[in-house]
Amino acid sequence: MGLIENTISPSLVEVEKGTKILSPNIVITSMDKLINWGRSSSLWPVTFGLACCGIEMMTTGSSHYDLDRMGVIFRGSPRQADLMIVAGTVTKKMAEIVRRIYDQMPEPRYVVSLGSCACSGGIFNTYSTVQGCDSFLPVDVYIPGCPPRPEALLEGIIKLQEKIKGEHFRWSRWR
Amino acid sequence: MKPLEIADKIKEKFQDEVLDVKEFREQVAVTLKKDRILEICRYLHDDAALCFDYLIDVCGVDYAGKKEKRFEVVYHLYSIKRCHAIRLKAEVPETNSEIDSVTVLWAGANWHERECYDMFGIIFKGNQDLRRVLMPEDWEGHPLRKDYPVKGPEKEWPGFQAVLDRAKRFKEFEWHG
Repeated sequence: MGLIENTISPSLVEVEKGTKILSPNIVITSMDKLINWGRSSSLWPVTFGLACCGIEMMTTGSSHYDLDRMGVIFRGSPRQADLMIVAGTVTKKMAEIVRRIYDQMPEPRYVVSLGSCACSGGIFNTYSTVQGCDSFLPVDVYIPGCPPRPEALLEGIIKLQEKIKGEHFRWSRWR
Repeated sequence: MKPLEIADKIKEKFQDEVLDVKEFREQVAVTLKKDRILEICRYLHDDAALCFDYLIDVCGVDYAGKKEKRFEVVYHLYSIKRCHAIRLKAEVPETNSEIDSVTVLWAGANWHERECYDMFGIIFKGNQDLRRVLMPEDWEGHPLRKDYPVKGPEKEWPGFQAVLDRAKRFKEFEWHG
């Protein structure tokens, strides 16, 4: 602000005491666009690694792949998160916990199913494994691979951002 | 001490108990009757020359249709002090699938025995906490038995069915763009 204050310009407008902006600083957009832009560029996933895909998820968050640059910051609590990355094999015993964590997340919330096991049960077509976490969760993006490379997860998150940007009227309380 | 020498010592002390001694790639497995397993383990644990102070693993094997006695409980023993190892196999029949627990000697046997009970249904007498360790507590059947269906029984486990029902109930609150 100091820089602008020192500049002598007739087009400066004081919006509140001590804060001035350039006057033709008007942005016209739709509510949809504004809110979707905000949501898609600050996706906070809850850390939920269940198996080896969790390791890939951690790698994607590391400095080499750097999820932070996309506004993706991992949160330790479902109450602060709006994206759930189901990373790994979901067993029937674990399914209840997965669903409970999802239910604790505030709206709007999204689910990414990471890896073959979370998508379809993968190689574990057995008594103890859930055959796809979409049987009890509304999944937005499926990422195949065993486990998927970090690039695949990045691609999946970009796809989710595209999906969020295409949403219409989700900010309304009437739905 | 060489593993075969250990096997000889067991043979000497418990002549009637040893059924078979096999060597494979310098690893020796002693097949035993199950009744005096605790006594044999105590001998291996307490004897100064043997001193098996570390129980690596306890696991079960199902030989359904291949052997007369269906199950086997396998003990992997190691001596940190003397640097030698041996494998014990105790035969357990299907009709009376009980065997003495070795938790009094090695406390670490507890979870291994619980896993063995969980997966094969072998009862470890003397284990104070013989609950399932991997499967949910209200699970029916023992999954690693050969006659257990790989994809599970026809009826869904109630715990997971409840999750499916709840997901169905909450579906109407989901956002449909």
